[in-house]
Amino acid sequence: MAEKTLYNKVWDAHNVGLLPTGQNQILIGLHLVHEVTSPQAFDALREEGLSVAFPDRTFATCDHIVPTTSLQRPFDDGQAELMMEALEKNTKDFGITFYDPPSGKQGVVHIVGPETGLTQPGMTIACGDSHTSTHGAFGTLAFGIGTSQVRDVLATGCLTMDELKVRRIEVNGELSPGVTPKDVILYIINRLGVRGGLGFAYEYGGDVFDSMSMEGRMTVCNMSIEGGARIGYVNPDETTFAYLKGKEHSPEGDAWDRAVTWWKTLPSESDAQYDDVVRFDASEISPMVTWGITPAQSVAADENLPLLEGLDENRKKSYEEAYAHMKLTPGQKAVDLPVQVAFIGSCTNGRITDLRAAAEVVKGKKIDPGVRGIVVPGSIPVRLQAMEEGLDKIFEEAGFEWRQAGCSMCLAMNPDKLQGDEISASSSNRNFIGRQGSPNGRTLLMSPAMVAAAALAGHVQDIREIM
Amino acid sequence: MKDKKIRHLKGRGVSVPGNDIDTDRIIPARFLKEITFSRMGEYPFFDERFDSSGKEKDHPFNTNKGASFLIANDNFGCGSSREHAPQSLLRWGIQVILAESLAEIFAGNCAMIGLAAVTLSSDDIREIQAAVEADSSLELSLDLMTKTVLCQGKEYEVTIPEPRRQALTEGTWDSTALLLERLELSRSTAAALPYMSHFSS
Repeated sequence: MAEKTLYNKVWDAHNVGLLPTGQNQILIGLHLVHEVTSPQAFDALREEGLSVAFPDRTFATCDHIVPTTSLQRPFDDGQAELMMEALEKNTKDFGITFYDPPSGKQGVVHIVGPETGLTQPGMTIACGDSHTSTHGAFGTLAFGIGTSQVRDVLATGCLTMDELKVRRIEVNGELSPGVTPKDVILYIINRLGVRGGLGFAYEYGGDVFDSMSMEGRMTVCNMSIEGGARIGYVNPDETTFAYLKGKEHSPEGDAWDRAVTWWKTLPSESDAQYDDVVRFDASEISPMVTWGITPAQSVAADENLPLLEGLDENRKKSYEEAYAHMKLTPGQKAVDLPVQVAFIGSCTNGRITDLRAAAEVVKGKKIDPGVRGIVVPGSIPVRLQAMEEGLDKIFEEAGFEWRQAGCSMCLAMNPDKLQGDEISASSSNRNFIGRQGSPNGRTLLMSPAMVAAAALAGHVQDIREIM
Repeated sequence: MKDKKIRHLKGRGVSVPGNDIDTDRIIPARFLKEITFSRMGEYPFFDERFDSSGKEKDHPFNTNKGASFLIANDNFGCGSSREHAPQSLLRWGIQVILAESLAEIFAGNCAMIGLAAVTLSSDDIREIQAAVEADSSLELSLDLMTKTVLCQGKEYEVTIPEPRRQALTEGTWDSTALLLERLELSRSTAAALPYMSHFSS
């Protein structure tokens, strides 16, 4: 077992004790709630006559089902309206703060938490959403849970859990121009596989993460789950503290100093023991693009799609299935992959830095007439900040639609969907079959700048060629 | 009170071969817009079971209705944390999942709802899969007390984290009551965490 890591320290500090079953009872320091995975949990509380144990540590927002064209109520989609009404009633009945659209703070739950300063180092954070791993960027243990677990956290503030192993993933050296945090995590998943992280928490360390912005760290930690790791984290440092300073929920004055003192005790020790250590060289990483139906099925933008010859039987089967769904050909050049839809947004890449990077690529240019492009800011504050910087105008003049905040076409629970077998360049996190709303839809994952470049050309481009 | 102890289960098998079968495939996101789980049993593998006109396609869940043992390969249930995925399987009739490996969140969700999800070696899964694919009327049984599966007279060893196994066999997998009893302990753990009081001292 790992020792003296941040994982161990935070786990121990939140471990209420061993249950008769041998499971650990873990206290959850921050519970984030959204409309899709919570209604059944609140109903269970009502049935049992229970209240929320830690209402002031519970915050809600709405993101998955909200339309991004208009926030006019009632929503056109009756089911979405019902879901929204349920969350409004549940947060009111149980005394939970709800960051709804009129509050001006609504957005994708994993963008709202950090943006408001709710997410702070050393916390355990749970949310009924697998991309809760995002919050690990602050040195937290943050993970997705199912609805019955949402019920438990609401009612008791705790979960029954088993301890994970810890793998340190070090990336040293300097990233090449055009290579973004999204490429780093796609590369890691490509190398370690989508099952590589089963049973592990990932600790990201080394030069690349030390010098990475908080937004970048969030992108990386966000996709830990795509590598099979329920938790991914970066040890907190001055970059973390600088990001948090002055945020709405951040401590102030003397409390701030006490907070920083405590946060500095959290990082893994220099003599920490890990269950596994993996090292990569930053210079090996190129801009990445996925071609298949798992986030590990990816190539560098200047490569060709893999051939089937010489693969083991298992992998060959997976690749054949992927090629059949994607209607792509082994050996095809990545830069020849067609693109009909361009989606910029999501909890992975819907932050202001992502929008800036994409806007820089499309500024003064027009997207291909065959491409439908949408930009969906991750939250209302991101949207307003982007508009203050004129990014909305840049996108609109280039031919993109500029939308309201939400999850949108990352998982297509709102009206934003692929049609038929449309193929999208997407800054989101999953290229699973049917993920973007059409059973035959196809998804190519890449960084926001790469999505912008693909939108201009109507096919994938290597961002390094047009920089 | 209903006995929640899960120790011995028997039933016919359904094999859903393939690695990395994600929860979006098990239940497409559009079915998550319902605010109760009551209809989830209609939806497992929906887009693979039905064509766009609602006609049944060739899928093991169409040809092996009534099965209660799902046999799967590597990393079954990866992706989204939606409990709707195991709920849809359970409500369709699945009581046991035998897999080469299970995604972490999915396995946790199964444990919370009393769905016995266990892992077996790759070779064993392939043998059981082949047997079930050859004869869908075959009866399988799982014994969580001895951690074995019986298929065609042959015993296979299964793996499940011990605390999870005990929660199933002792009927304590529905953990709310257990955790509630210990609420005061939780409050003292919380009191020791400086952020809980906003670093006020």
